[in-house]
Amino acid sequence: MTVQLEQHIDPKLIPILEGVHDPEIPVLSIMDMGVVRYAQMQENIAKIKITPTYSGCPAMDVIGDDIIDAFTKVNIKAEVSLVLSPAWTTDWITSRGRKALEVYGIAAPLSEEADKEALLGNKKIVKCTQCGSIHTKLVSQFGSTACKALFQCEDCLEPFDYFKCLK
Amino acid sequence: MKNENKIQYIYGIADNALILGQRLSELCGHGPNLETDIAMTNMALDLLGQTRSYYQYVAQLSGDDKTEDDIAFLRSERQYKNVLLVEQPNRHFGYVITRQFFYDVFHLLLLQELQNSSDETLSAIAKKGIKEVSYHQRFSSDWIKRLGDGTEESHQKVQEAIDDLWRFTDELFHMTDDDDMALQDNIGVNTIALKERYVQMVKEVFDEATLTIPETKWFQKGGKQGVHSEHMGYLLSDLQYMQRAYPNMKW
Ligand SMILES: [Zn+2]
Repeated sequence: MTVQLEQHIDPKLIPILEGVHDPEIPVLSIMDMGVVRYAQMQENIAKIKITPTYSGCPAMDVIGDDIIDAFTKVNIKAEVSLVLSPAWTTDWITSRGRKALEVYGIAAPLSEEADKEALLGNKKIVKCTQCGSIHTKLVSQFGSTACKALFQCEDCLEPFDYFKCLK
Repeated sequence: MKNENKIQYIYGIADNALILGQRLSELCGHGPNLETDIAMTNMALDLLGQTRSYYQYVAQLSGDDKTEDDIAFLRSERQYKNVLLVEQPNRHFGYVITRQFFYDVFHLLLLQELQNSSDETLSAIAKKGIKEVSYHQRFSSDWIKRLGDGTEESHQKVQEAIDDLWRFTDELFHMTDDDDMALQDNIGVNTIALKERYVQMVKEVFDEATLTIPETKWFQKGGKQGVHSEHMGYLLSDLQYMQRAYPNMKW
């Protein structure tokens, strides 16, 4: 199964799914990341479909295992599969997720246009997560993981990650 | 088209991602500085991720108990259908970036067409890949400009890399019989039609970088038919070592 057009989630399963977090960004639940595309009970089995943030995201295998563990804890058998389409976009990160990112020290993704300007170094618009200054500079288009770029604040000198816009 | 031909068609795309991903992975811990090291290994990760999606699909199409790992690790050299460009060994950073740039520009054009494939899975993989490859192409284009329009030495080194690697670019556009079949069924991409745009895109970056496309009519080919350069055997012995030495081993 590679396509799951509409997000289709049984509200009863949400509390369980919210207990599963991205292993690389532990403040973010998989619901807040927007990677869960489908969650329904079928013949007493929880069928869950998740979509990868990036093709090679090594967190996906761990997330799959963690989902199965979380359901096992409440005595539900779960099956997890991967869907590729529609491709994940940073727009699917919830506003609660964006706040969690900022508090954690990762600048949340800007709009597509602003992102391009920021990554080309044309405009200083990425806010430092430490002091809030916009005097920041791009250090590297690729950060600690494929989904992030590395920035540094020119006021407080703190380096920080920026979650790149993916559309 | 028959599954068998479709699988070959997919190898023609996926093997490029695997082999280039392997070349970039070799640089892990060897990049000229931390940022480029991380960038290149992140690109390797994207490419290997895309490879997995293609190979999982091939495994499903073949209908036997073959897995994505068998496909990646247990084929013989002749069964890999990647172009010669991506198997060329790493030399200095300018060389690595030139190889990357030549592939990124093609890769992006290819995926932009493949997303319209009538095959749902290939279309989905392409749509996902476009987002990643756009970043790769931006990264390698920036470096081509920086090196070309940099110091005398960086300019000379990157121009030499271009002069050496340009002969491998024509093969990107060759159509195999499987490619033709895939095109007829609206599954595949007409790569011949991409060439003009490719040359134009390369030229735009080179103009800004004060670099030039060499004037040669002689191009090398073979990879798409499984006839590889001498470098491929060494690459595969590295790539396949664990599965060959310890069959069926798991992490
Ligand atoms: Zn600051």
